[in-house]
Amino acid sequence: MLEIQGLSARVGEKPILEGLDLVVPTGEVHAVMGPNGSGKSTLAKVLAGHPSVEVTAGTVRYLGQDLLELDPEERAREGVFLAFQYPIEIPGVSNSTLLREGLNAVRAHRGEKPLDAMDFLKLARAHAAKLGMDPTMLGRSVNEGFSGGEKKRNEVLQMLVLEPRLAVLDETDSGLDIDALKVVASGVNALRSPERAFLVITHYQRLLDHIVPDVVHVLAGGRIVRTGDRSLALELEEKGYGWLDTTAGAAR
Amino acid sequence: MTAASDQPLPVVPTPDAADEPNRELKAIAAKDYEWGFVTDIESETIPPGLDEDTVRFISAKKGEPEWLLQWRLEALARWRTMTEPTWAFVKYPPIDYQAIRYYAAPKSAADKPKSLDEVDPELLATYEKLGIPLKEQALLAGVAVDAVFDSVSVATTFKDKLASMGIIFCSFSEAVREHPELVKRYLGSVVPTSDNYFAALNSAVFSDGSFVYVPKGVRCPMELSTYFRINAADTGQFERTLIVADEGAYVSYLEGCTAPKRDVNQLHAAVVELVALDGAEIKYSTVQNWYPGDKDGKGGIYNFVTKRGACRGHKSKISWTQVETGSAITWKYPSCILQGDDSVGEFYSVALTNNHQQADTGTKMIHIGRNTRSTIVSKGISAGRSQNTYRGLVRMLPGAVGARNYSQCDSLLIGDRCGAHTFPYIDVRHPSARVEHEASTSKIGEDQIFYLQQRGLATEDAVNMIVNGFCKEVFRELPMEFAVEAQKLLGISLEGTVG
Ligand SMILES: Nc1ncnc2c1ncn2[C@@H]1O[C@H](COP(=O)(O)OP(=O)(O)O)[C@@H](O)[C@H]1O
Ligand SMILES: [Mg+2]
Repeated sequence: MLEIQGLSARVGEKPILEGLDLVVPTGEVHAVMGPNGSGKSTLAKVLAGHPSVEVTAGTVRYLGQDLLELDPEERAREGVFLAFQYPIEIPGVSNSTLLREGLNAVRAHRGEKPLDAMDFLKLARAHAAKLGMDPTMLGRSVNEGFSGGEKKRNEVLQMLVLEPRLAVLDETDSGLDIDALKVVASGVNALRSPERAFLVITHYQRLLDHIVPDVVHVLAGGRIVRTGDRSLALELEEKGYGWLDTTAGAAR
Repeated sequence: MTAASDQPLPVVPTPDAADEPNRELKAIAAKDYEWGFVTDIESETIPPGLDEDTVRFISAKKGEPEWLLQWRLEALARWRTMTEPTWAFVKYPPIDYQAIRYYAAPKSAADKPKSLDEVDPELLATYEKLGIPLKEQALLAGVAVDAVFDSVSVATTFKDKLASMGIIFCSFSEAVREHPELVKRYLGSVVPTSDNYFAALNSAVFSDGSFVYVPKGVRCPMELSTYFRINAADTGQFERTLIVADEGAYVSYLEGCTAPKRDVNQLHAAVVELVALDGAEIKYSTVQNWYPGDKDGKGGIYNFVTKRGACRGHKSKISWTQVETGSAITWKYPSCILQGDDSVGEFYSVALTNNHQQADTGTKMIHIGRNTRSTIVSKGISAGRSQNTYRGLVRMLPGAVGARNYSQCDSLLIGDRCGAHTFPYIDVRHPSARVEHEASTSKIGEDQIFYLQQRGLATEDAVNMIVNGFCKEVFRELPMEFAVEAQKLLGISLEGTVG
């Protein structure tokens, strides 16, 4: 589904990713772990097409297309979803307005009819209930005055409504208590399917108890320096990131 | 910031947007003005120029009584002694008042149509094109329309139904003929002829406009609406509107405006007077979309308007809601004089400027009576190279015991070549009066747009959504159909602002 080769990217003058390789096959869940500031969010931004990140080398293929050629909204409509580490507040715009407009943009792209207001509301309410969210959240302004946990749940709600092919979750677990974490994980697990893939960025192995990954990658020094199975996450939890040779040229 | 002292506050300008360049949001050409067509209709105009004879001509044309002619002539004399105000934050070349035509009427309207069937089909088609179908059966249920085309009113719908309730809704000229006592009693009682330069000019040459009287205890069952359109070239439009809500009456009035595209500037200097007696409420909503000029700043309407409401009665209420997206220059301060005890004044405003537009708009809330309350919510959006100024005055006079004001002025900047400015003047002369003022300036952020794009929205839709969210507190004050129209209008006015 996703093939990243030799990806280098910078923010301003500062190189952040330097020759990153990563392959996520359809149907799998991959975790990306790494120290703070190692470039995990930058990788997520590259995939979603954030204008502040400049790709200087490498290729990214998504479902056989050159992902970097697409505008951010085209990527979204093609099924790339990013759950933001820091969700943005949009005052005066209700959650349901954003969700409906987004969903209908995606549906139009797929050649489907827009969902009418009633059907949409039913759908959104059902998903919100699954995440233990109060239905009044749909009427509130996007992320405005939300607690950290509410923001993260809201990102997952958007993911459930938009049903992406490739979901990138950027530290969706941080700031969540254990109950909230379980709810978020169940939301992700509900969406797991042979047609989808997930890239779960996290700092803690804790989340991976609930969203069991097929593969774990370690990002450090701008590239993937280790790739392994679940046990790699446990090892990192135990030893920290210090033992990794971040200057190593080869991944694994 | 909260101020309860009797010291006027210093003028607080907000920083120019140019402080921080944003590479992603750059203004490019604006979309074409959709209402820019000219109706090909024969019209009766007088040569440019203004003197006593012009005034006499207009007055005679309308068959006005002597007292009104004298009133106009006095206004003209007053106007000649006055000078054009220069304090607003707008720039324009000197206006040659002798180059303007002060009267234009579609020929077919000269002998005043009695009913819609007699209205020139060309005119009806014009209003259809503007989205204002005048045919009653096609009207949105509950909206009565008075349409003013250049200098004359061409049709008033739903008149009979309103008349059965004692509500008078007609053109100003007709009111002068049919209800002279009411006109004489209230005309100039809120905005005197000597009030300001443009009001004096209007008083001398006003052509037509709307008149509303709602009798005691009557709630007007439908929205009353006027559509103004400037069609003829070189003409100014000087409409005069007077709305009186008698004791316990309620009326909601909507006003919309468009003009054809022309590359010369045209002057629009209207006066609107509202009078609310004991327990009466007037809600006045405007969607102003006069031609703003092209993307280089050529042409467009100079919208120099005086709008004021007097809450004369105990517990009366006047609420202004305006969505201003058009005009090359806007100079407009819909105000409330809160005379009656416990009276309430409100001002909700969205002013959007793009390209080279300039807007200097705001309100004045003059608290005279005890426990009077006022609310000001102003949302300014600047894009392109435009300048957008909020200018407001809250004055609490010595008798305004326990009076309250809350003001909120927010500015939103799109791109880095526009400006937003806020001048809130506060003058408190009674220690128990409280004034609260909040202001903010923000810029549409790259991150906000990106967030919405990531959910599938195109850039322009994303900007639109953010701007509409910004204006929400004002839009929810508008009647439903108008709110929808206002949202669309913002979208169109913003097209091409990000690329
Ligand atoms: N807008 C920015 N301007 C400058 N440096 C940035 C910006 N965003 C991120 N960085 C830097 O890029 C590096 C990687 O950041 P990030 O991708 O957010 O790391 P992670 O998500 O792994 O914590 C960090 O050193 C951070 O300071
Ligand atoms: Mg991060």
